Amino acid sequence: MTPEAPAKKQINVPVMADLAARNESPEILFWVGCAGAFDDRYKRVTRAFVRILDHVGTKYAVLGLEESCTGDPAKRAGNEFLFQMQAMQNITTLNGYGIKKIVTACPHCFNTIKNEYPALGGDYEVIHHSTYLQQLINEGKVGVTGGESFKGRRITFHDSCYLGRANNIYEAPREVLAALDADLVEMKRSRANGLCCGAGGAQMWKEAEPGKKEINIERTEEALATLAGKAEALANLGGVETETSAPGAHDLQGSIIAVSCPFCMTMMSDGVKNKEQESKVQVFDLAELVASAEGINA
Amino acid sequence: MLQSILFLLLLVAAFGFFTWQVRKIRANILVGRERDMSGNVAERFQKTLLVAFGQQKMFKRMTPALLHLVVYVGFLVINIEVIEIVVDGLFGNIFGFHRALKFLGPVYDVLMATNEILAALVIVAVAAFWWRRNSNPPLKRFTGPELRLWPKMDANIILYIEVALMVALFFMNTADLKLHELRGEDLPGTFPISNLLVGLLPGNEGTLHVLERLGWWIHITGILLFLNYLPSSKHFHIIMAFPNVWYSRLVPQGQFSNVESITNEVKAMMDPGFVVPPAPTAPDGSALAPTPFGAKDVDDLPWTNLLNAYSCTECGRCTSVCPANLTGKLLSPRKIIMDTRDRMEEKYNSPVIFRPNVYGEEAKHEPITDMMEATLLRGKVTPEELWACTTCNACVESCPVNINPLESIIEMRRFLVLEESAAPNSLNVMFSNIENNGAPWAFSPSDRFNWADDLFAAEKPAATVA
Repeated sequence: MTPEAPAKKQINVPVMADLAARNESPEILFWVGCAGAFDDRYKRVTRAFVRILDHVGTKYAVLGLEESCTGDPAKRAGNEFLFQMQAMQNITTLNGYGIKKIVTACPHCFNTIKNEYPALGGDYEVIHHSTYLQQLINEGKVGVTGGESFKGRRITFHDSCYLGRANNIYEAPREVLAALDADLVEMKRSRANGLCCGAGGAQMWKEAEPGKKEINIERTEEALATLAGKAEALANLGGVETETSAPGAHDLQGSIIAVSCPFCMTMMSDGVKNKEQESKVQVFDLAELVASAEGINA
Repeated sequence: MLQSILFLLLLVAAFGFFTWQVRKIRANILVGRERDMSGNVAERFQKTLLVAFGQQKMFKRMTPALLHLVVYVGFLVINIEVIEIVVDGLFGNIFGFHRALKFLGPVYDVLMATNEILAALVIVAVAAFWWRRNSNPPLKRFTGPELRLWPKMDANIILYIEVALMVALFFMNTADLKLHELRGEDLPGTFPISNLLVGLLPGNEGTLHVLERLGWWIHITGILLFLNYLPSSKHFHIIMAFPNVWYSRLVPQGQFSNVESITNEVKAMMDPGFVVPPAPTAPDGSALAPTPFGAKDVDDLPWTNLLNAYSCTECGRCTSVCPANLTGKLLSPRKIIMDTRDRMEEKYNSPVIFRPNVYGEEAKHEPITDMMEATLLRGKVTPEELWACTTCNACVESCPVNINPLESIIEMRRFLVLEESAAPNSLNVMFSNIENNGAPWAFSPSDRFNWADDLFAAEKPAATVA
């Protein structure tokens, strides 16, 4: 007997230009971002998020080929001119379609559009997908049931700087993870004290300056030690205060580092590979975890 | 009478000299670029109350927060006694009274007792602070290339002065107490600590009188000297923390400032009908020298970032949480703030003591040959430091007085990129990718929507809305 292949349905992602041609407007525009569109790993996150949007029946659209870089990396690197050129171009596109509400799975796009576009004429309600997912769960539109069970699996959440310290969003991603009924463990440096993955401020596109260590290695070591419950390993990290009581060690098998940012995804995944733990520990975005738990992540 | 005149002269001289120094510093801060920080009074008031008066952000680290609280409260309460000292000093000898506030009765008892206990606690806290800085090894955040020589000495001088002031206070009170005891009189006030020390002093009335006067003079002269030491010291934060918190940025930390002049240029490029507003002119109508994009020197930074530099007490919380610094990179947010202050004083007005940091091999400084190059950027802060920043805002979040080193870093990056085209090569590649492909990577823009090809979802009955 061969197991029956699960039924699948194809999703045709609605493009803003088509909607406009039909004189329709979406409830929300999904801003995919460059990493979501081009980075092989993060394309999986984009697809997972689209599956969720499709599943709950939201009327959404994407810009498709009309989307362009928000200009975030240029601005952080000091190239204000290039940033504003990009921003003006995107604002022209968005305003042309009369966009009111935007959701994005990238904290950098989120921060830039939400905080820096208004000064250039782009005023939108912008939400990050962690907040959006939290709303879907709270409204009961996503039950996080019927798919993969995360019950009892150890998950630690790595705060993205541009979601956390930059915009004070700490609870939404944690509430999404809490809905998975997993065993959530916090790193010593979390929330406002979270340690950067090392990719912000345009570091993603350059080699790090000379130093003793790569930042993503430092952060991955902290995540792995936290997941494994190894206090000694934590004590050896710079900037981490010594744990007073040593909790029992856990097997890393099946543990998850949860992220909510494409750059954190790259940095933490590279870190896990560097530590040769990729067979045991996986790095997932919130959207992937929710889609898997919901049983729609084909 | 003579004592009163001497005291009056001392008082006038001390406050005059202090005002003169503060005016110099005010002028330094005002060389910065204009930035409108008016409005939002209610929010600013609340922030000042919580962060400056309430020391809210200190409490992210319990031990130093409690030690600091003791010294802070001690400073505030003991200063009430300083009012009494000043009144006594000016008029006590003339009108023949001593301890002007004694009419407060039981309140005076409580005040004096609180003072004594706080003074003792201050000595304990200061000892702990000294140990944290001078034990071997000291706390990590009290080390680093920017915290040697003068800054290290400055930190210790402050601690020594504080102990000396407290000891003088005890001398004064104990001698006064014993003097009254010998005369069979009752000294107004309650002195729990001095009561314990009475036995240590000689029983000679003349000597006691000299000791009491000595304690009094050392205490008040010490305070006035300390006041005039502040402008040269990191300890100036006890004053500057308040305006600095008041003028905090009130926007989300992730929001970087917009460069208005560039907005005008970009608008003119994209819309031929856009009229570029005329460049600002000097009051006499003549054209001003064009201001550069970003910051090369202190005058190019907004004045708030210069105010930041005078509010910094070099505690190093910023540097201790900086991911770049933690992993051994050259960047230290504290150094950038300290360099800004040094540079202002080097270029404009310097206080009485001015010993700017010099960095050797350790800070990888290119030797400065031409005085023209002695600017904040390159003269003190190297591009290598600036490029190590991940803009993660950890330094901003950690500062107990809301200093923002990240803004200065970005302003200097802007100068490097927009005025000197001196970005690291890999970043130039990223810039041209954005220009040509609309993405920071070298992908074809026509592939941007490929992620949606053959996108399937596992079939599941549509969820019902609860």
